[in-house]
Amino acid sequence: MELLSHLSIGFGVAFTPINLLYCLIGCILGTLIGVLPGIGPVATIAMLLPATYALPPVSALIMLAGIYYGAQYGGSTTAILVNLPGESSSVVTCIDGYQMARKGRAGPALAAAGLGSFFAGCVGTLILAAFAPPLTELAFKFGPAEYFALMILGLIGAVVLASGSLLKAIAMIVLGLLLGLVGTDVNSGVARFSFDIPELTDGIGFVTIAMGVFGYGEIISNLAQPEHEREVFTAKVSGLFPTKEDFKNMLPAVLRGTFLGSALGILPGGGALLAAFAAYALEKKVRSKPGEVPFGQGNIRGVAAPESANNAGAQTSFIPLLTLGIPPNAVMALMVGAMTIHNIQPGPQVMTSNPELFWGLIASMWIGNAMLVILNLPLIGMWIKLLTVPYRYLFPAIVLFCAIGVYSTNNNTFDIWMVGIFGVIGYLFVKLGCEPAPLLLGFILGPMMEENLRRALLLSRGDWSVFVTRPLSAGLLGAALLLLVIVLLPSIKNKREEAFVEE
Amino acid sequence: MNIKSQKDFFSGLMFMGVGVAFAWGATTYNVGEGARMGPGYFPLMLGILMAVLGAVITFKSLVVETVGGDKIGKWAWKPLSFIILANLVFGILLAGLPSIKIPAMGMIVAIYALTFISSMAEEGWKVKNTFILATVLAIGSYLAFVVLLKLQFPVWPFFIG
Repeated sequence: MELLSHLSIGFGVAFTPINLLYCLIGCILGTLIGVLPGIGPVATIAMLLPATYALPPVSALIMLAGIYYGAQYGGSTTAILVNLPGESSSVVTCIDGYQMARKGRAGPALAAAGLGSFFAGCVGTLILAAFAPPLTELAFKFGPAEYFALMILGLIGAVVLASGSLLKAIAMIVLGLLLGLVGTDVNSGVARFSFDIPELTDGIGFVTIAMGVFGYGEIISNLAQPEHEREVFTAKVSGLFPTKEDFKNMLPAVLRGTFLGSALGILPGGGALLAAFAAYALEKKVRSKPGEVPFGQGNIRGVAAPESANNAGAQTSFIPLLTLGIPPNAVMALMVGAMTIHNIQPGPQVMTSNPELFWGLIASMWIGNAMLVILNLPLIGMWIKLLTVPYRYLFPAIVLFCAIGVYSTNNNTFDIWMVGIFGVIGYLFVKLGCEPAPLLLGFILGPMMEENLRRALLLSRGDWSVFVTRPLSAGLLGAALLLLVIVLLPSIKNKREEAFVEE
Repeated sequence: MNIKSQKDFFSGLMFMGVGVAFAWGATTYNVGEGARMGPGYFPLMLGILMAVLGAVITFKSLVVETVGGDKIGKWAWKPLSFIILANLVFGILLAGLPSIKIPAMGMIVAIYALTFISSMAEEGWKVKNTFILATVLAIGSYLAFVVLLKLQFPVWPFFIG
């Protein structure tokens, strides 16, 4: 079995003490930021990137990945106990999870979320390990035209499946692509849009953009809202284990959630958030047994399914990144950045050129999921205490870590000014109702897209029809077009808006 | 003419403005042609695309009805200015501004300044609590970044270090 030998390489790498330690650190940090509302994985990973310079690449990626899937676990705790989504992907968990907590069943709700996530995480990791090699084979057949088409599909997919206005999201992608072009053009050596500022000829750092827009921008808009009345069910977490009846209801929901989440994670633009929404919607459609608690009033299926789905989606969204080098969401865009910092060009060649990194990362995800169950279920009391830390002690710390982190990337105060500017821009986006995640995706893909477009047209001598005459490229572009058409159809458009507005 | 969605109206204007600016900037570089693209080709394309998208968004905001007018609402000037100010002061204190001869005061001083200024962004901050928070952050950052990660920072003011 090839898969087994691959996994054994991976576990060999992941089980070294240093990597286990970084995996644990990543999981703890992930749970921490997942539990705390007001700070998400994008800002955290951006803050920590500079600190990973000194680490070996495998350890750095293992830790950053741990933050991402750890946040999915932590987010559910806050959703269930405080009715605030700690993470955007646990928005739907609030609905039934909080109702369960109010009825004194916080323990079983937390256990359903934790065990469901663990199961989904394991399945997701296996799918990742099984699907990566064949997809990589396919990726080697790709020429520049196919890559360009694939990026278009990825970007379109990212906005179609996201919430909010489609047009604005596309405009944000284009803005991201343009910002990605700032700096020296690799082909001609011309410094573009740099206003003769020497620091800008190297381009804008994506850490600066991510911290400014996601870190500062969010802090400012959080502070602008009056403080929520928080009702924390801390005392009532007793009896963690679900009853036999609960298990019977939970199991099929976990299976459905895992399946749906894994499938949606692979799609461009997919990942944890969409998976959770879709799984909850599906669960509501499945007929309830007689005597079951209705949805919205504390049905355990309403917790188990979306939580399994978001974790499975978080896991499988690594597939497009690791096999094609194309990030399907903002967190993965940061992972691309992390790989480039460590001189690894993301793409199909990673699996052959750095097998220990590739399989080590995958194996570490399984270990990380096991760690997270332990961190989250028996140690739940510790995380609950954290919920009582007021925001007023948190946000100055976040501002500080952003400022220190960005300074340490180049030891240059210029980056601190840039974070400030992007903080203002980020708040402007919030005010104008523009989602910033597509911007980050565009920013990462900008230079890659230009390079592939340039090569494709150079090979075809300026003939644009190359994108539709090559079958693979035509297929990918066709799929992108189909996605756009489907979303714009009036009947589906209304459904889509409903799905995101609901609850 | 009524603006039906304030948010979309102004974001459309923003996209149009930025798109035109990028497209105009791109024409100052060599644009080239499809087979031999110059540095201006791709940005020019994207700039035009963004300006068009902006125009459509603005147009829709004047035509399509929304609930409650999609108002932008009040600007949170206070958090905005204190957070950004804290960030700028941190940078100046940390490394100084050689161009106008402001000497570096180092990380510790900068952390206290950042914590106090950013705390002021919220109503009801207390001097004592903020002082404790700043001290915790200063010691923690010193241990984490200077001792553990060995990052090269100016730690103490220029007249001590």
